[in-house]
Amino acid sequence: MAVTVKIPTQLRSATGGVAEAQVDGTTVGEVLDALYQQFAELRERIAEDGGLRRFVNVYIGGEDIRFLDGLDTEVGSGDEVTILPAVAGG
Amino acid sequence: MPPESLRCKECKTRYPLDARYVCEQCFGPLEVAYAAREDVDVGALRRRIQAGPPTIWRYADFLPVAPPNRGLAPGFTPLIRAHRLEERLGLRELWIKNDAANPTHSFKDRVVSVALARARELGFETIACASTGNLANAVAAHAAAAGLDSYVFIPADLEEQKILATGVYGTRLVAVRGNYDDVNRLCTELSGERPWAFVNVNMRPYYAEGSKTLAFETAEQLGWELPDRVVAPIASGSLFTKIARGFEEWLEIGLVEGSLPTMNGAQADGCSPVAQAFAGGHDVCRPVKPDTIAKSLAIGNPADGPYALELARRTGGTIDSVSDDEIRAGIRLLAETTGIFTETAGGVTTAVLAKLAERGDIDPDERVVAYITGEGLKTLDAIRDGVVVEEIDATVASFEAGVPEAVAA
Repeated sequence: MAVTVKIPTQLRSATGGVAEAQVDGTTVGEVLDALYQQFAELRERIAEDGGLRRFVNVYIGGEDIRFLDGLDTEVGSGDEVTILPAVAGG
Repeated sequence: MPPESLRCKECKTRYPLDARYVCEQCFGPLEVAYAAREDVDVGALRRRIQAGPPTIWRYADFLPVAPPNRGLAPGFTPLIRAHRLEERLGLRELWIKNDAANPTHSFKDRVVSVALARARELGFETIACASTGNLANAVAAHAAAAGLDSYVFIPADLEEQKILATGVYGTRLVAVRGNYDDVNRLCTELSGERPWAFVNVNMRPYYAEGSKTLAFETAEQLGWELPDRVVAPIASGSLFTKIARGFEEWLEIGLVEGSLPTMNGAQADGCSPVAQAFAGGHDVCRPVKPDTIAKSLAIGNPADGPYALELARRTGGTIDSVSDDEIRAGIRLLAETTGIFTETAGGVTTAVLAKLAERGDIDPDERVVAYITGEGLKTLDAIRDGVVVEEIDATVASFEAGVPEAVAA
């Protein structure tokens, strides 16, 4: 179940410059855990208390996961998960 | 008070004053940090401000950029005592800060001026934005005045007046099929890949500082005093929180005395993530899908929502929301009692002001300032149905038969 995760520029110092990662998982939570296994430093940057920090937005196919099932949202092979800062706009 | 660095509002990590807006350590928002002021001669500082131009640049001491030598000149908009609206609402002292009286008719001229000045200092040749309309107007106009290229991204269903009043300046206008939050997500992604200054993305720490000038002007126009209460609209929450920041900066250095006003935020029922979080006692906002006539406030995922909540609670204020019908009534109430025609966002603010007054939240002795942030000519559909026109033949008889006597509202 390979899912593509797009990593924003602000986090690429924790991924060695990698902008896109392929990971396995059946939910967004599993996908992020798999991502943290590849790039351990990412966890402390965006995760908190088993969830996400409050200024982190995660999207699947452009939809905010908070409109879906949050970290329990199911993902399928070929889905694209995007991590973005929540501090833009207005 | 020169700017020193960008600083994370969450973990306080510092960064250089370049085009960035996110803390790489904790993903929190960055804001401009200034060097501490010592031994301020308040009298001299007041005189320097008063000798400055009638624009936001009279407050350059409190902004993160040097005043530009060209471009539009926003700010120093009228603060008007609203006697008739006071009577209607049972208030003692109500002032309307009419920020529609800016070059592109909204408060966005303030924030864009600051962001654009910083973008030029940093050497950018193209500016851009994600906009609900007013920002689109401002970015396109200020880019034209400065001779910069611009890209303006808007939701495709925006009001026609705001689309036309953007395109006329010769910008690259991009209508995105989606709501503002979709536009904002797209621009957040693009800002990482393009060498552009997105005023409300990678330039946001500078941009947001421009809203402090609304507080500075209000205090100066009140004779170096503060209001007791502020009513202001909330979309992202940036304006709301930066008005308070402006008052705090002047309190800290002693340009004004007293305490921070009670801060009341205003949202539309159809896009009220911050009001809902306030009512629910939450510290963060759950995003919503906007459905309201107040499109300029239609941000379902507000970046500064947590800070707006904290501010309202800290000052004994509230964050309320009003229905589309109340917004239309608010536009008419302001127009009929003050002669100021505002857009839907101002209808939201006026309707929330009326709601606070009705609810008895406002002590009759308070001095209240309501911030009207945009111009009614940009959202004409909101009032189209309520306007009565008497059509007659060009004869006295037709006039006398067809037109009832005028009644002041």
